Amino acid sequence: MVIRMMELIGSFVLRRLEELGIVVLLYGETMKQLFHRPRMRHIIAQMSHLGVDSLSIVCLTLLFTGVVFTLQTADQFIRFGAQSTVGGIISIAIGRELGPVLVGVVCAGRVGAAITAEISTMKVTEQIDALRVMAVNPVNYLIVPRMIACMIVVPMLTMFGDIIGVLGGWLTAVYYSGISSDIFWSSVNRFTDAFDLTGGMIKAVFFGNVIAVLGCYYGLHSPDGAEGVGKATTKTVVTSIIVIFILNALLTFLLY
Amino acid sequence: MIKLIDVCKDFRGKAALQHVNLEILDGETLAIIGGSGSGKSTLLRLLIGLIRPSSGEIWIGQDEISHMTDAEMDRLRLRMGMVFQYSALFDSMTVGDNVAFGLREHTDYDEARIRSIVEEKLHQVGLEHVAHLMPNELSGGMKKRVSLARAIAIEPEIIFYDEPSSGLDPIMTSKIDELIVSTQRALHVTSVVVTHDMASACRIADRIAMVYEGELIAVDTVERFCQMKDERIQAFFHTLRTEKEVEPCLQKQR
Repeated sequence: MVIRMMELIGSFVLRRLEELGIVVLLYGETMKQLFHRPRMRHIIAQMSHLGVDSLSIVCLTLLFTGVVFTLQTADQFIRFGAQSTVGGIISIAIGRELGPVLVGVVCAGRVGAAITAEISTMKVTEQIDALRVMAVNPVNYLIVPRMIACMIVVPMLTMFGDIIGVLGGWLTAVYYSGISSDIFWSSVNRFTDAFDLTGGMIKAVFFGNVIAVLGCYYGLHSPDGAEGVGKATTKTVVTSIIVIFILNALLTFLLY
Repeated sequence: MIKLIDVCKDFRGKAALQHVNLEILDGETLAIIGGSGSGKSTLLRLLIGLIRPSSGEIWIGQDEISHMTDAEMDRLRLRMGMVFQYSALFDSMTVGDNVAFGLREHTDYDEARIRSIVEEKLHQVGLEHVAHLMPNELSGGMKKRVSLARAIAIEPEIIFYDEPSSGLDPIMTSKIDELIVSTQRALHVTSVVVTHDMASACRIADRIAMVYEGELIAVDTVERFCQMKDERIQAFFHTLRTEKEVEPCLQKQR
């Protein structure tokens, strides 16, 4: 019984390590291909498809996060006479953590799933084999444009998300909690420095990498059939979110 | 010439092909027949370098491909074209863009020249005025023909066909067969056709090779192949039920 359990755990760990190895190799190959014949038209199309189309859901998520965060904090801070710190707390929390992490999670669901679904469908219908037969490197043609697009678009979405989140906080602080607008913005100015925002955007670049490489990996290695595409998409979203949370903790430790 | 020397391929320890020796001559059409799971598609994927053999050598002309790097293989693939079983057209592109794909990737032709080649190749496969359509607007037979137009656009020396008649009605199958023969005659290419359709193999091939449970059990001209007494081959001939289907084989024997 114990030996059987050890065997199961061992084979699970081996499978995960094998998977990690393949992802690292794919990432290495993508980095190698990154500056080899950049396909600007594809990159822009992917930025539009993956980024612009995600803007509305990112704005909506961060707006309500800012609103709820302020609802939960403003009253407590006012009770202790610290209303002059509310703006700063919100902008730091959103800039450093909530903005990049929530945008990462939203993009994992919206962008990562789209990448996996598209690539796995191409795999199932032999379109990736067709690329290879036509002497076109699938990593260069499919993965590099998505990787570059994610590396640019996720930080941009984070920046938009940060602004909208702080605006949501400001709306709640002023119109619900009764904090003056001047106090709110002077608090934002006083407590927040540029690195609170740029640090969050640096995180977002890493999250963009994670979403693109995992989206492509699960797409390229999806089992055949409609069920396989569904499973691969789910794996992308779940794994990306887990990796984003772990990576966020590591980056927070390193950056701040 | 394409030459396979003692080629074996296994997947996770399970043998898919065993000790295959085969020569495909320049300009001939070789049909590889066999039942489902016999290893014929594996053989085709080995020839085009999509998978590597577990052992043995595969020669395409003067190049041994089993140990080639991806870049070297890509250079060689510019001399090859392939028609996939389910066409494998890029569904995000129009038919015209699909046919133009190889030209845009590998030549520095201007757009006007590419458009003219696309029109010519589509005309060659009997499809005019479809360049603006998306692949999902085409029938199965039309997709196969577009796939052939895409394969011949870069003027390859070798064309591989994976189950060209699969999923098509008998009339369309016959049209695709005619197209394979006319393409071979017009371009003088070497054609390798993987099929399980014996009637189709008889119509298009100069020689037939049969793969049975991972082994190449016979390779010969259509005439001699038809006369073989091996019951595994005869079992395939029994699939030719009608006189019309048998006729191409008889014609070749005469």
